[in-house]
Amino acid sequence: MSRPPRQHRAEEGPDRLYTVTRGRSRAATDAFDVVTLIVAEQAPVPGMQSEHAQILRLCESPTAVVEVAAELRLPISVVKILLGDLLEAGQITARHPRFVPQAALPDLDTLKQVLHGLERL
Amino acid sequence: MDSNGSDGSVAAAGGRTALRSTADRAWKIVVVGGFGAGKTTMVGSVSEIRPLTTEEVMTRAGVGIDDRSAVAQKRSTTVAFDFGRITLSEESVLYLFGAPGQQRFWFLWDRLFRGALGAVVLVDPRRLADSWYAIDRLEQHGLPFVVARNNFGDPAHTLDQVREALDLAPGVPLLDCDARDRESSKQVLIGLVRHLTELAVAAAPAVDPAADPTADLENAP
Repeated sequence: MSRPPRQHRAEEGPDRLYTVTRGRSRAATDAFDVVTLIVAEQAPVPGMQSEHAQILRLCESPTAVVEVAAELRLPISVVKILLGDLLEAGQITARHPRFVPQAALPDLDTLKQVLHGLERL
Repeated sequence: MDSNGSDGSVAAAGGRTALRSTADRAWKIVVVGGFGAGKTTMVGSVSEIRPLTTEEVMTRAGVGIDDRSAVAQKRSTTVAFDFGRITLSEESVLYLFGAPGQQRFWFLWDRLFRGALGAVVLVDPRRLADSWYAIDRLEQHGLPFVVARNNFGDPAHTLDQVREALDLAPGVPLLDCDARDRESSKQVLIGLVRHLTELAVAAAPAVDPAADPTADLENAP
């Protein structure tokens, strides 16, 4: 009943990952958190890199960066690079998470909302 | 650690349940625990989606203490972790991450879990020592947390004994739970948010709550 491990993905070789990212190993921007919600602003077009097209289809409704990574079965850092391309081209928008600054506490309003949501579960 | 799938509330047609189009605010809570403590089980029992696994590749020198090579500069490490999701409202969604608590994985923390609301340390009562490192690290980090003892059968110790063995600060809540049970896991999360609320109230400058007109409007049904 346990999910098949996907450990080896990255071990399929850096080669595959480098191909996907066309040689880049770092995202140009720090624009994405793991829970940044990505929304496609356009449909995929012919000739587009297949991973880019997959992302646009996936993000027809808001989808977190981690979910994109899980669906594409690619490491998060690779997905961030791909998302960076799409963001730069205006093909996606990003809805940013509200961060709790380090060593600080969330505000009471946030906590109230979260508590509310959990109690309704 | 076995099946979480019995809850059946989300019929994920095609395997994927999309978020609402109005979702624009995401929060995160981290569930940290040693191997086999039940992180995935807990994430799965409250998640509205079947928990997913993803991974991060780290290429970083000096990643860890167990870095035995002075030579292998470009050692890359892959860390897999699970996550789940809870829709809180039309706009907000909470992501739960199951994070490996062992020392060698801890670099994941800074990269992935920055900005989290707080953490749950999930403890296997038979292996309390597995959570010492995580607790130390959270304290250093200043990320508030609760500790949840995942009950595997009849507990051999009282919670007070556990508290002592873990050397928990008096203010840190220690709860009992059954990670397989949705309600029980939900109560742990609620316990964490209540704890955060107490801390936030205690830390807030004394203001008249009536002065904030938005405080209650947002939560009107």
